Amino acid sequence: MRRIDPLIPAAIALVALVLGMPALKPLFAWMFPDQARPLYEQDSFLSLTLDHLSLVGISSAVSVVVGVAVAIFVTRPSGRAFRPLAETLTAAGQTFPPIAVLAIAVPLLGFGPLPALIALALYGLLPVTEATVAGIEQVPAGVREAARGIGMSPTGILARVELPLAAPVIVAGIRTSVIINIGTAAIASTVGVKTLGLPIIVGLSGFNTAYVLQGALVVGLLAAVVDLAFDRLGGFLGRWNRDRVAKTA
Amino acid sequence: MIRFEHVGKDYAGWTAIEDLSLTVEKGEFCVLIGPSGSGKTTTLKMINRLIEHDRGRILFEGAEIRSFAPEELRRRMGYAIQSIGLFPHWTVEENIGAVPKLLGWPRAKIRDRVTELLEMLTLDPERYRARYPRHLSGGEQQRIGVARALAANPSVLLMDEPFGALDPVTRDTLQAEMLRIQAASGTTVVLVTHDIDEAIRLASRIVILEGGRIAQSGSPREILAAPANDFVADFVGRSDRGLRLLAAERVGDRMRRGETAVGEPLTVDASLREALSLFVARNVDRLPVQDGSGALIGAIRLADLVRPPPSEAAP
Ligand SMILES: Nc1ncnc2c1ncn2[C@@H]1O[C@H](COP(=O)(O)OP(=O)(O)OP(=O)(O)O)[C@@H](O)[C@H]1O
Ligand SMILES: [Mg+2]
Repeated sequence: MRRIDPLIPAAIALVALVLGMPALKPLFAWMFPDQARPLYEQDSFLSLTLDHLSLVGISSAVSVVVGVAVAIFVTRPSGRAFRPLAETLTAAGQTFPPIAVLAIAVPLLGFGPLPALIALALYGLLPVTEATVAGIEQVPAGVREAARGIGMSPTGILARVELPLAAPVIVAGIRTSVIINIGTAAIASTVGVKTLGLPIIVGLSGFNTAYVLQGALVVGLLAAVVDLAFDRLGGFLGRWNRDRVAKTA
Repeated sequence: MIRFEHVGKDYAGWTAIEDLSLTVEKGEFCVLIGPSGSGKTTTLKMINRLIEHDRGRILFEGAEIRSFAPEELRRRMGYAIQSIGLFPHWTVEENIGAVPKLLGWPRAKIRDRVTELLEMLTLDPERYRARYPRHLSGGEQQRIGVARALAANPSVLLMDEPFGALDPVTRDTLQAEMLRIQAASGTTVVLVTHDIDEAIRLASRIVILEGGRIAQSGSPREILAAPANDFVADFVGRSDRGLRLLAAERVGDRMRRGETAVGEPLTVDASLREALSLFVARNVDRLPVQDGSGALIGAIRLADLVRPPPSEAAP
């Protein structure tokens, strides 16, 4: 018996919820009979979701590019000396809660997406750097020696041996980073960026539990779908490491 | 083919290799042997510049190795190690084809070469080609490691304890395959081991290292017959020396062509040690000898093990 991949129903549920939220208005009206406005209608959930995703996408892309680059640099012979420094800095990036980074960034950069992007990118850096360093370091010494011994160049070893072997671990780090940022991006609505956090914040300040529930449902489901998708990607990248006997020919 | 001229190597001020001079001729099977820490791996890795020497010169095909880019030098020398180091994310085919791919061979040529090598190492190409290393036994992995080293027809094959981690039966099979491949291809081999029996079986020349210096260098027979000093004598085994001398010679060198004997025949390639074992086990003093194709060509007597027969005196 084949189990159904939970990614598919989860993705369908997400799309249905994002597009069909207005259709649930009677349900929310029944659940929250005291609310005059039981459905958040200032923005469509589709546009909020897309804004949320683009904020997370851009900040995560920055985290990944910077994080992987830093990790590659500090695992080269020439960059080894910078490793403690890089580890301290990326760890510091995660020690500050994003709300604090936002609070500092807003007076400097003003309201809007830029402080949010910076806060999220900094916050997501640590898991990516840590995972990439760990992934590269777990490449067996014998494999590295053989790669050098058969005449691969340092760049060739990085691109064709170290990174592919580290890929499942790197993807696990990116997964952590992105999932954290999907949640954290909701807070960015406090500095005037439209995200799925907006209904939550509006709901919290206006005592409208229905709005909070609607925003939280979509954020939660979005995180679950993205998490499952990363799980598939990690499995695909590490397929050579599976116990199942590979198909011949 | 490879020439060391007064080569030295220091690790943090401590001398690991001292004034090492050595010439490995084309087609030689040179085995470096010595106790742990004697500098075998260091000597081997200096040849393909995985370790850079500090003093003296190392020549490859007449040119100083420093005149080659390290990658170019390594692609012209096969390299196989005890830990094998197969790329776990590549299939058997991709692993074996690694160097040809670096050298830019066309796909079809790489594929044919992989098939040829797998057959040479008695692995069914269609069964093994698409497998990942973790689905191979230790002996199969080591075979693939050897195949990868041989793939681009290197003029030199460097091997560091390639059979060290294998069980005795698999090791024996792979040693036999190695001898066959080396005889067929004429590749120059430099192999590191700490197993004197492996050295005697494989080497055309044994180089015994002690504390970063050459204690003795010569054919297995020369070293066994006349150890240069107490260290070498101990190393080649005082009480087993006679048996090892027998292991260093072939039945073909001592047999009497044309003579006949009864019983199951020995092959010409068997060692005198195997012959002795058969004499004792069968309780006979005469055995027939056959060639590789199974045709009877002569016989060998028990006494021939001690002294070459009169007609075909060995050197
Ligand atoms: N990178 C290094 N730094 C410092 N010392 C080293 C290094 N590599 C090897 N040595 C030392 O040099 C000596 C020779 O080492 P080498 O690896 O050549 O020995 P070996 O003969 O191959 O030994 P084994 O049989 O144990 O493999 C040893 O004493 C070793 O400790
Ligand atoms: Mg060694």
